[in-house]
Amino acid sequence: MTSPPATPTAAGQAPRPAPAAPHAERPARIARGVVLALLLVAPFIGLYPVFMMKALCFAIFACAFNLLIGYTGLLSFGHAAFLGSAAYATGWLARSAGWSPELAVLAGTLLAAALGLVIGLIAIRRTGIYFAMVTLAMAQMVYFVCLQMPFTGGEDGLQGVPRGALFGLLPLADDRVMYYLVLALFVAVFLFVQRIVHSPYGQVLKAIRENEPRAISLGYDVDRYKLLAFVLSTTLAGLAGALKTVVLGFATLSDVHWSLSGEVILMTLLGGMGTFTGPVIGAFTIVGLQNFLADQVGSWVQVIIGVTFIACVLAFRQGVVGEAVAWQARRRRRAG
Amino acid sequence: MPESLFGIPTQAFLGQLLLGLVNGSFYAMLSLGLAVIFGLLGIVNFAHGALYMLGAYAAWFSLEKFGLGYWWALAIAPLAVGALGVLIERTLLKRLYRLDPLYGLLLTFGLALVAEGVLRDQFGVSGQSYPVPEALAGATDLGFMVLPNYRAWVVLASLSVCLGTWFLIEKTQLGALLRAGTENPALVQAFGVNVPVMVMLTYAAGAALAALAGVLAAPIIQVTPLMGSNLIIVVFAVVVIGGMGSILGSVLTGLALGLIEGLTKVLYPEASSVVVFVIMAAVLMVRPAGLFGKEK
Repeated sequence: MTSPPATPTAAGQAPRPAPAAPHAERPARIARGVVLALLLVAPFIGLYPVFMMKALCFAIFACAFNLLIGYTGLLSFGHAAFLGSAAYATGWLARSAGWSPELAVLAGTLLAAALGLVIGLIAIRRTGIYFAMVTLAMAQMVYFVCLQMPFTGGEDGLQGVPRGALFGLLPLADDRVMYYLVLALFVAVFLFVQRIVHSPYGQVLKAIRENEPRAISLGYDVDRYKLLAFVLSTTLAGLAGALKTVVLGFATLSDVHWSLSGEVILMTLLGGMGTFTGPVIGAFTIVGLQNFLADQVGSWVQVIIGVTFIACVLAFRQGVVGEAVAWQARRRRRAG
Repeated sequence: MPESLFGIPTQAFLGQLLLGLVNGSFYAMLSLGLAVIFGLLGIVNFAHGALYMLGAYAAWFSLEKFGLGYWWALAIAPLAVGALGVLIERTLLKRLYRLDPLYGLLLTFGLALVAEGVLRDQFGVSGQSYPVPEALAGATDLGFMVLPNYRAWVVLASLSVCLGTWFLIEKTQLGALLRAGTENPALVQAFGVNVPVMVMLTYAAGAALAALAGVLAAPIIQVTPLMGSNLIIVVFAVVVIGGMGSILGSVLTGLALGLIEGLTKVLYPEASSVVVFVIMAAVLMVRPAGLFGKEK
């Protein structure tokens, strides 16, 4: 399969991520090495492990979301449904059915994949703004189902999920063991997304993002590509949710609520859509902000999130990483 | 008249249907505003639910603080929220017109979060109740059912507003300009119409319409900061089902879905909160452009 020529001319101004270099440049590579080293020693330098794990789970979530908005150009406004349903399934299996953590996480992730397939089949029948509205509505349906099902615990949520032992050997109740498991999975997801984007399949996705009619005229079955991207993204979102339940020991209605779907958009937008590291930075920023602000300002967190949203859309559409890349490119041009 | 329908006392059954019709009127008014704003501005206004909520709060606030009753609120709330709409359009939305519509959705989502958050901080999440105006209190016995006057008024009022809007847009000179602006703003501008002002007033009118729906809803439901976001998602589904192409289409879809929801509440209450979404999924499978939408 050959990849079609990339077309820089999209109709209108699609959500345009910064043109990512195919291979990270030297400063970026160094920065990544430093961050990875920091993550590796995090439990030993006094970073609160549960916070780090939560942030890593949301980083997985944002990377999954970015695969869709950043590289396929589809804005899903319902990604919480996949994170949340996997969170509930994993929690219920680990607690009430007594499954081991690895099987419960796997099952939760697969459930998100199946749900992604069903919702994806419906949602890809519309594009653009309608796609966003359809995913939002379908996710709201999942929310109501979770609210009414007996095993989700309704308003109270699912509490007291045991962490158990991985493969019956590694005690996950130990925060450090749990942390390195989450970190390993995060790195795997990060590399996986990178691999997908650089694969011929990823090139087709980008072609669809840039100019869908053109991709169709080149003979690509656009709907199939989009559906696969959607399912991949929801599967990874499910993994994030399943892990989060094991880490925190509970799953609640806020995991399936539309506000979480909005938050993952903000994480990706803030960090930089269509960049690899952007969603990770965005996830850490937002989770950190929420943790820090919840003590300081209470119910103003939502207002601050809303204002950040507005500011990002008005002035900061490329996000932190996108702006940094653009700034570097400008500097290099000036230097000749 | 039989004693019961589908095994439910006729009175309760018709009562639920009426409630469905009332909800349907709100869907109709909100999806109408959404469609008009989307047509001219190319923005899916996520803040529409928040504007509806602000309308209800404006009514409650003017009663609590200034003792201004329902009939005053019907005028004050749309004007105040319409003015807010002007402010939003002038300072924020007008910077987005040349961008992908997704950014408009995200920005108005941010606005909705801000509005909801501020009101939560000020008034808490618990509901405020707003009294039914005296002239519309009580109920009329129709023989086969007892009709609460206020609910009948809500259905009549919102239907008249919807039909009025339809008439304004489809049958008047001003409406012709609006429709032309939707098709080709540059050309309308070239004919000497001040398109930016027209766009601004359209957003303000949409906002005012949402606020009016909020005032109408205030005596029926609890006025809470969350009332808008719960509604807007259903209205999005309504808009997807109806398609945003036709005004009468969105009004009809809104009313029909409200009725169906009411009917489901009687027959199978567990499904009443999801039935609209199920219908949306089914419509998307059969007619992706929506019932009244145009196929591309």
